[in-house]
Amino acid sequence: MRAGIVALAVIAILAGCAQAPKRLYYWEGFQAQLYEHFKGDVSGPEQQLLVLEEQSQKARAANAASPPGFQAHLALLCLLAGRDDEARTHLEAEKANFPESSQYMDFLLKRMSQGKP
Amino acid sequence: MARFALRCFALATVLGLGACAAPSPYDYSAFKRDRPVSMLVLPPLNESPDVAATYGVLSQVTLPLAEAGYYVVPVALMDETFRQNGLNNAAEIQDVSAQKLREIFGADAAVYIKVKKYGSSYAVVSSETRVTIEARIVDLRSGDLLWQGSATASSSEAQGSNQGGLLGLLVQAIVSQIASSATDASFKYAGLASQRLLYARKNGILYGPRSPNYQKD
Repeated sequence: MRAGIVALAVIAILAGCAQAPKRLYYWEGFQAQLYEHFKGDVSGPEQQLLVLEEQSQKARAANAASPPGFQAHLALLCLLAGRDDEARTHLEAEKANFPESSQYMDFLLKRMSQGKP
Repeated sequence: MARFALRCFALATVLGLGACAAPSPYDYSAFKRDRPVSMLVLPPLNESPDVAATYGVLSQVTLPLAEAGYYVVPVALMDETFRQNGLNNAAEIQDVSAQKLREIFGADAAVYIKVKKYGSSYAVVSSETRVTIEARIVDLRSGDLLWQGSATASSSEAQGSNQGGLLGLLVQAIVSQIASSATDASFKYAGLASQRLLYARKNGILYGPRSPNYQKD
């Protein structure tokens, strides 16, 4: 009886402290690719696009969500690679996935339509 | 008999909570009043001798904030926008007015980060890689300081040391992910430090609206 009470208490406490929550988003190599982009010395936008587009497919297959900024970053890479129409699609996707991004996405879309880089 | 049970329970409680024990509680009144939905992380100021620090940190702060339940403004696009407006360094960027930041990026709060330490130091017997970062989170609507804190990650921490149940488990998982893709040692510790700094935790930031734990803390 005594041992039972102690065991229950310990389990209750440890259970509260030791659970690792499930991730909200599928991260994989996203942040490493952000770093690659910033460093700009090894891979270019085309290469980074390949990696991230593959990751995007894996996320979809796993029924997982891509993180905030993921679609938007694909848009940037498309812009750098001269793929403007695709860039627009990705910006719209960011807006659809994360309505909180609307103001900035609209700002960028407007600039694109005005021919500014 | 009852006293023994009570002592056992008390001991178990102390041992159990030891891993989760917190320092004096943070005053969250501004944070709870303003409840930002989105975060704009500006390029970090760099006080270390390593130029890689700013982007090493900037590229890894989205994760903890997003997992805490916030929308994070895309960092590379943001950096590009600043560049096209003639702002190339963190000092100038962190000086931009709250009004301007909100106008362009539409975020509720801005995160101002300073990198205090970034890099490896070599001594006769041992070497250490260490990243220390500080952050302030300021609401762009009210001007309130919502939160500030700092965190460190270093290679001289004992392997498998107990970092506190929940955070420890998450951090361990991330280390193995980052290790395989990192190109320099400091990058890995910048990731760890960013997570320790910006995960929702005791005395850390509160959970945001996209988290299942929103308003439960």
